[in-house]
Amino acid sequence: MDWGSLQDVLGGVNKHSTSIGKIWLTVLFIFRIMILVVAAERVWGDEQQDFVCNTLQPGCKNVCYDHFFPISHIRLWALQLIFVSTPALLVAMHVAYTRHEKKRRFRNGEKIDIEELKNEKIHIRGPLWWTYTSSIFFRIIFEAVFMYVFYYMYDGYQMPRLVKCNAWPCPNTVDCFVSRPTEKTTFTIFMLAVSGICMMLNLAELCYLVIKICMKESRKTTVLK
Amino acid sequence: MSWGFLRDLLSGVNKYSIGIGRIWVAVVFIFRLLVYIVAAENIWKYEHDEFECNIKQPGCENVCFDHFFPVSHISLWALQLIMVSTPSLLVVFHVAYREKREKHHNQKLYKSPGEIDGGLLCTYLISLILKMGLEIVFLVLFYKLYNGFKVPRLVKCDIRPCPNTVDCFISKPTEKMIFLYFLVATSCLCIVLNLSELSYLIFKYSIKCYLKRYIKKCQGSESDCHKSGIIGHNRPAAAGRFHNSLASSPSIQ
Repeated sequence: MDWGSLQDVLGGVNKHSTSIGKIWLTVLFIFRIMILVVAAERVWGDEQQDFVCNTLQPGCKNVCYDHFFPISHIRLWALQLIFVSTPALLVAMHVAYTRHEKKRRFRNGEKIDIEELKNEKIHIRGPLWWTYTSSIFFRIIFEAVFMYVFYYMYDGYQMPRLVKCNAWPCPNTVDCFVSRPTEKTTFTIFMLAVSGICMMLNLAELCYLVIKICMKESRKTTVLK
Repeated sequence: MSWGFLRDLLSGVNKYSIGIGRIWVAVVFIFRLLVYIVAAENIWKYEHDEFECNIKQPGCENVCFDHFFPVSHISLWALQLIMVSTPSLLVVFHVAYREKREKHHNQKLYKSPGEIDGGLLCTYLISLILKMGLEIVFLVLFYKLYNGFKVPRLVKCDIRPCPNTVDCFISKPTEKMIFLYFLVATSCLCIVLNLSELSYLIFKYSIKCYLKRYIKKCQGSESDCHKSGIIGHNRPAAAGRFHNSLASSPSIQ
């Protein structure tokens, strides 16, 4: 039980996404989840063990670490990925509900092909369009919120080599050294860039859906005229 | 044997859940189980090693850690996840029992073994009540064991063999607190979902019961209904003759 379960859930949503949506999902899995699991977790794995303060005072290291890293990058990324993936579930639930309704109508006597129902690609129109668009909107909001939280919590996206700490019980101002700062900065900037790309993809998908529906409406009105 | 077992269990439960129940399964799956495994477990991984006391006395750190953390947050969290998912098994067992009965008698005894009605509805309601009860029990346990949901940076310890009052420092207290609040928020959300599902089901089936009884009552006193129907029929005709009005006067006959 790990990120693979999320992959199974989201894989189902892939069938009903637009092309941009499918690209977004691929970017999410390859450049974010996979990088997080195979590389980032190793880099941040020993973060508190190798966080060294220039003092023998017991407790000073713990307190300084907690002060400068209230929540670790790796956990924030995990939460970001979970929150950003969740709106897609709204779409999955809506599709499941639509299928359930069709099955109910079939049981009540209407003629519907069961096999076709299982493999049918449900088009994004009507209420599903609203669900899909809302899910993209929420995705964008969550991405932006997490990017801001990162910026606010760590004063930018760079990992410092040295932090100066004077929280009790540290006797005076104490130098504390972060482990692997350059590697961490590299990964932070990489994840930031990929978040940005995902946000762009979501914006593009949103514009595409809105333009598509506007064109459809204008075609309908010209036909009626 | 790992969390994959719980995942499979929840997927099985999902089949027999209705509406809000499916949302509950999704919340437990993604916001509780997944967050526990990918994030929370790692925070508490080295909690004992990183617990540091300002003393060289051997044994003091061990004793203080044991005193302040009789059961670790993460262990309680895991227990909570398991206990809260288990009542749904009652529904699964009941459906399996129904299917076995049908096979044994070799005839269709139920409209559909997985349909939530009759005895299965009672089982479903009981499982909902148990889930809510267990959530509340664990939240109260967390609150009582740790004096609230805060994780302090420093605890003062004076248990033997610590010579005097000793300062002990907990590792990553802020991160632990954030995830504890996350746990409480998701627990409360699950309680709300269970409560809404319970209310909705009770309301739905009360209305159904009431309507059934009303129809039976109407069918039972059908003769009275019929009589009042005849009188009703004659009245407009009589009125029409009496008033001797327009030819297009409505005649219900």
